[in-house]
Amino acid sequence: MMRALKSFGAFWYDFVIGDDWQVAALVVAALAVTALLVHVARVNAWWLLPVCAFAALVWSLRRATAGKS
Amino acid sequence: MNALPLVLTVFVACAVEAIEALTIVLAAGLTRQWRSTFQGMAAALLVLAAIVGVLGPTITLLPLTALRLVVGALLAIFRLQWLRKAILRATGHKALHDEASAYLREVAAAKAAPEVAKRGVSDWYAFTLAFKGVLLEGLEVVFIVITFGDNQRNLGAAVVGAAIAVVVVTVTGIAVRAPLAKVPENALKFLVGIMLTSFGTFWGAEGAGVRWPGNDAALLVLVPVVAIVSLACTAWLRRARRSGGAAGSAVQASVSEGVSGP
Repeated sequence: MMRALKSFGAFWYDFVIGDDWQVAALVVAALAVTALLVHVARVNAWWLLPVCAFAALVWSLRRATAGKS
Repeated sequence: MNALPLVLTVFVACAVEAIEALTIVLAAGLTRQWRSTFQGMAAALLVLAAIVGVLGPTITLLPLTALRLVVGALLAIFRLQWLRKAILRATGHKALHDEASAYLREVAAAKAAPEVAKRGVSDWYAFTLAFKGVLLEGLEVVFIVITFGDNQRNLGAAVVGAAIAVVVVTVTGIAVRAPLAKVPENALKFLVGIMLTSFGTFWGAEGAGVRWPGNDAALLVLVPVVAIVSLACTAWLRRARRSGGAAGSAVQASVSEGVSGP
């Protein structure tokens, strides 16, 4: 039972999060900050998520290739 | 959004998934036996239908803002990882996904596995191989159809795009009876990564409450920007790899000179 649950969890983790959990964390954090800026500070921060997504991509690629080239 | 871009986006994204499922099904069917392979496929399709039956109506009940926030976040995370992998493949940091070699790997494993009858299935290996392949790739198709269809409030167009993709890939697979190795799958994955990351970012930010300048027309800017950033990343990693390789060769040359020198 525990093994089945573990493999079920591992499947969904791999399916959604993938190889780099830090990318997922950064995207979620960016969405949370965007929501705060919009609803609390009344700033239409449409630019924040794309900027953070690009930063996450570059950062993840840099770590993935560090020491390989 | 016009229905045509939606149909085309879903078509390309689902075609990539269908090609991967086809490779696994062919490996199971041609090297083991078709009966158990079809049983595995049918079981996976039943599970997928159940998931759609439960998830589909539930998701349509959600308010659009909440839906866009959750789906946008998932799509952005999910496809950003895909884009990352596509860039790593394009720059040689990760092996290219090759359907021909994936097929050969599956065939070798299928040939080595013993034939065991279980739970009314004459070849359990062929059954589970086809079941897993169709279920995993099918889940991605379902995810794409539901997210795109619900977000654009046009589930019909998304279903049409996915259905055409699955039918085209299946018919082609039956016709050639081989994995579709000639399809530029890595380039398609790169393209799909760009499209879906753009949509995910757009919907995610909208769900968080932002109003995009120009509303839906912002996508016409966002997609090319994501493409430019991805291509720039590819160029940067290729250059780094080349200069790293050149430096490596120089070191190797100097070492060789030291060894073979006077």
